[in-house]
Amino acid sequence: MSVDTRPVPPFTEPPPKPEPEGPSTPVGPPGRRRRLGPGAVLRWLALLVATAAFTYPLIWLVSASLKPKSQVFDNRLVPETVQWSNFVEVWDAGPVLRWLLNSGAVSVMAALAVTLSSAFVAFGFAYFRFRLRGPLFGLVLATMMLPGAVTMIPVYLIWHRLGLVDTQVPLWANNLFGSAFYIFLMRQFFLGIPRELFEAARIDGCSQLGLFRRIALPLCRPALIIVFIFELQASWSDLLKPLIYLQTEEYFTMPRGLKQVIDGFALSGEYHWEIAMAATLVATLPMILVFAFAQRYFLEGLATTARQG
Amino acid sequence: MAERSRPGLLERREARAAYVFIAPWIIGFIVFTAGPMIASLWLSFTDYSLVEPGQVVGTANYQQLVDDPRVAKSLANTFVYAAMFVPLGTAVALALAMLLHRVGRAAGFFRTVFYLPVMTPAVAAGAMFLLLLNGQRGLVNQVLGWFGVTGPNWTTDPAWLKPSLAVVSLWTVGGSIIIYLAALNNVPRQLHEAALLDGAGPVRRFVSVTLPMISGALFFTVITHTIAAMQMFDQAYTMFYGPQQKSTASDESLVYMVYLFQNAFEFFKMGFASAMAWVLFLIILVITVIQVRVGNRFVYYEGGSTR
Repeated sequence: MSVDTRPVPPFTEPPPKPEPEGPSTPVGPPGRRRRLGPGAVLRWLALLVATAAFTYPLIWLVSASLKPKSQVFDNRLVPETVQWSNFVEVWDAGPVLRWLLNSGAVSVMAALAVTLSSAFVAFGFAYFRFRLRGPLFGLVLATMMLPGAVTMIPVYLIWHRLGLVDTQVPLWANNLFGSAFYIFLMRQFFLGIPRELFEAARIDGCSQLGLFRRIALPLCRPALIIVFIFELQASWSDLLKPLIYLQTEEYFTMPRGLKQVIDGFALSGEYHWEIAMAATLVATLPMILVFAFAQRYFLEGLATTARQG
Repeated sequence: MAERSRPGLLERREARAAYVFIAPWIIGFIVFTAGPMIASLWLSFTDYSLVEPGQVVGTANYQQLVDDPRVAKSLANTFVYAAMFVPLGTAVALALAMLLHRVGRAAGFFRTVFYLPVMTPAVAAGAMFLLLLNGQRGLVNQVLGWFGVTGPNWTTDPAWLKPSLAVVSLWTVGGSIIIYLAALNNVPRQLHEAALLDGAGPVRRFVSVTLPMISGALFFTVITHTIAAMQMFDQAYTMFYGPQQKSTASDESLVYMVYLFQNAFEFFKMGFASAMAWVLFLIILVITVIQVRVGNRFVYYEGGSTR
């Protein structure tokens, strides 16, 4: 496209444009910013409706988890009767605290393992030049397209043979070997480090492991955090693996436990949705907290993904 | 350092160090990807069931795949769900990203708001929406009622099970919004101004400037969303399956991965499930290749196409 390089001839009168836009204004037709025209009103209205649609279910959840059984479906924002005891009874619906701790441990292990191993491997692909680099990295990218279903059963058989089914090891251990998408992401970050930095360190006698540990890792801390929190969230949320590998209630993760609570009500035919919603809130809240603290990294990580994509 | 014609000491050293670094991935690839792929292909020609050692049964599993109406049904369900969610999700996310793009500094706040649902675990989202989408007393139908619309029985009417899955997925479309917003922010301002000077209206500017400039991001999300939609499991299983529902669940919500999971880990027909997995792989492969082919015709890569 050549449009952007064409200079605007000075003699061309721009269309009537009362005042230049401020520098911070994003792209848009000029002259629409200052006053709230009908377009702007509609825009804000649409955003407001969307905001309600995206946030209200969560607000509704908080409210529903505090209602007595008969009022869960009244859809009032503020519960008519606030029944705090739901949050006491939820601990009786199952070993919920245990599940929370399990989920915490599993997802931290999964995230830690995948962050370190992916960074390690990514550094190998980013810094060194070797003959098979291209084909091997192509293979890394190709594995992203492979549906988990293809390897799911044999991998289960491996853990079965090792006697590790019904333990939490299969939920995180294969993260020790890196994960294609994160390797790709970390490599992009490492490639952004000026090579002279590494060469200077080499001359000063730094080992190759030192290059990774003392230069690459510290400089890419944001990337490490991005990978960590994305995997933390993915691992916390996962249902399939806990369904496959865990049978003992004590070992369940929070989503697996939540599913069990809901199924339990369904089996008994007596639905205590207020308890189920309290459990749902308990399962969700830790992730909301993670988001509150690491929001910047989630949003940054996604924007980076977009640029790479 | 002397010039070398053959791979010299330094190069060999560098290669050796490189392989040390990528060794974890190579081991993982062999143990958790390549090996299992071969094993799963082999299993798909046996009647392996975990309890009994498998017998080689030739292509019987693949024959059964064709004969089992639930395989076709679950595949059709998955396609319908993907065909609903992928275009709708892309359109909604793009529309919201474009709105955010116009509100200036407030965009930061809305980004957070739209991303929040993504943090909700799939099981939690499924549980919540079971209630929100309740036909008689759910909030969604109550809101529809304000506008004189009688909402369907989302979670029980067989015809509405897939749309309700799509609604839940739509709620967690925040990631795409962020990606599109970043792409929109990267569109050079001058392009819009030049188009404006050339007398292009808003529609024309959208089609000729915005769309080509963000086509890379659109392409990326459409492909990843399609692949994910074909493997939809968590929400469908949470909302419509479980020990209690084996007999009562309508096949209308049976997506491919749910049926595969049931075959592998509930009926222990692991050979058959492996055959299902390979078919899914081939289907995803074909879809992705088609999408990449079509995409390359439309996607505009800045600085020229690299591939």
